[in-house]
Amino acid sequence: MATRATRRGRAGWTSIHFFANPARFLRVARAVYPWAAGATAGLIVAGLVLGLYVAPPDYQQGDAYRIIFVHVPAAWMSLFVYVVIALCSAASLIWRHPLADLVAKSSAPVGAVFTFITLLSGSLWGQPMWGTWWVWDARLTSMLVLFFLYLGYIALHAAFDDPAKGARVAAVLALVGVVNVPIVKFSVDWWNTLHQPATISKIDAPSIDSSMVAPLLLMAAGFMAYYLTVLIPRVRAEIASRRIRNLRLAQVSR
Amino acid sequence: MVGVFLRLVGRELTLALRGSIGTLMTVVFFVIAVTLFPLGVGPELGLLSRIAPGAVWVAALLAALLSLDRLFVADHEDGSLEQLMLGTLPLELVVLAKTVAHWLTTGLPLAVAAPVLALLLNMSVDGLVILVVSLLLGTPILSLIGAVGAALTVGLRRGSALIALLVLPLYVPVLIFGVGAVEGAVLDVGVHANLSILAGGLVGAVVLGPLAAAAALRMTVE
Repeated sequence: MATRATRRGRAGWTSIHFFANPARFLRVARAVYPWAAGATAGLIVAGLVLGLYVAPPDYQQGDAYRIIFVHVPAAWMSLFVYVVIALCSAASLIWRHPLADLVAKSSAPVGAVFTFITLLSGSLWGQPMWGTWWVWDARLTSMLVLFFLYLGYIALHAAFDDPAKGARVAAVLALVGVVNVPIVKFSVDWWNTLHQPATISKIDAPSIDSSMVAPLLLMAAGFMAYYLTVLIPRVRAEIASRRIRNLRLAQVSR
Repeated sequence: MVGVFLRLVGRELTLALRGSIGTLMTVVFFVIAVTLFPLGVGPELGLLSRIAPGAVWVAALLAALLSLDRLFVADHEDGSLEQLMLGTLPLELVVLAKTVAHWLTTGLPLAVAAPVLALLLNMSVDGLVILVVSLLLGTPILSLIGAVGAALTVGLRRGSALIALLVLPLYVPVLIFGVGAVEGAVLDVGVHANLSILAGGLVGAVVLGPLAAAAALRMTVE
C-alpha cells in the first residue's frame, strides 16, 4: 500500500489516477452485481420460508418471536455498515483512496435504514412482549444514538459545497463516532437491562434451537447480500456524478 | 511552548471575560433551564428530588452546547484562527488551549452553580458533592467533544444548527455516567464505577479530542 501511495503521490480528485481505480471497481462491480442480487432474493426467500413456516413457534412467545429473523440481522447490519463507513473513512483520510469515500457516502443511508428497521421491528415486538413500544434501555438508547450518528454523518456530508471537502470532514466524524459501536454491542452485557443478551455467540453454543438458527443465519446472509446489491448501483451513481462534476469543472476552467 | 500555550489560554479568557456576555449567558441559561423543570412537572418535592440529577445534568449539557459555536467561529471570521494555525504552537495544542479556556468559562461556572440549583430541587447533601465531582469530570469531556463538532462545522453558514446534531449523540455516554454517579450517591449504592468511567473518558478525550479537532480544522479552514 505504501509504495503505491508514494507512487501515486498526492493525487487530487481531478488527476488521471482518480479514474484508474474506479474503472477497475466498475468492472468488478458489473460482474458481481447479478450474483449479489440473485443471492439476496434466494437467501431472503429461503430464510423467510424456513423462519415463518418451518421453524416451530416459541414455547413462551408463540409466533411473535419470528420478528427476530428481521430484527437481529438488521441490527447486525446497522453496526456492520457503520464499521464499514469508519474503515473506509480511515482509508480515505490516510491513503486518500478515492473509492473509499464513495463507498462510505453510499453506505450511510443504507445503514441508517437498517438502524431504523431495527428500532421499528424491536418496537413492534416490544409491544406484545414487554407491554410497551419503547423503553429507555441501554441497548435501545444506544441504537437510537447510532441512528442519530448516521443522520449527522449524512447531514455533514451534504453541508459542504465541495464534495471532496465534505467527504474528508464527514470521515473525521465517522471515526469519532466509532466509540458508540462497542457501546451498542456490549450494552446488554454491561448494563443489566430489559433487552435480552445476544442470542448467537461464536464461543458458546447458541441459546436457541438449530431450527431457528438456520433461518436467522440465512436472513443475515441475505441482508449482507442486499447491502452489496444496493451499494453497487449507489457507488456507480456516485462515480458517474463525480465524473460529470469534474468534466463540468474542466469545461468551466477552459 | 508552555509559555505560548498559557498565553493563548490567557488570551481566550480575556476575550471571553471582557468582550461578550457569553459566559454569563451560559450560566443564566443553565439556571433558567433548571427552573423550567419544577414549573413543568409541578412543585412536589419527592418528584423533584427524584429527577434532580437528570434535570441538572441535561441542563448543563445543553448550556455547554449553547456556547460551542463561538469556540472557533469568531477567530475564523477575523482571520486570527489562520494566524494561530501558522504559528509555532502545534494545532493540537492550540485546540487544547481554546478548549481549556472554553471549559474555564462554561464548565467550571456550571459546576459552581449546579449545587445551588440542585439544592432547590431538594437533592440530598451526598448527592450535591458527587454532582459537583461528576460535573468537574464530565464538563471537560463535553468541551473536548464539542471542540471536534465546532471544528467540523467552522466554515459552514448554518454551522451552529448542525453542531447539535453532530455533538449530542456523542454526549449521551457522558450524560449516562454522570447521572449514574449522582443517582448512585443519592441512593447510596456506590459512585466509584461511574466516576471512574467518567475519569477514564476524560483522559481519553484529552488525548483524542484535540487530535480529531485539529484534523478537522486543517480540512475546514483553507
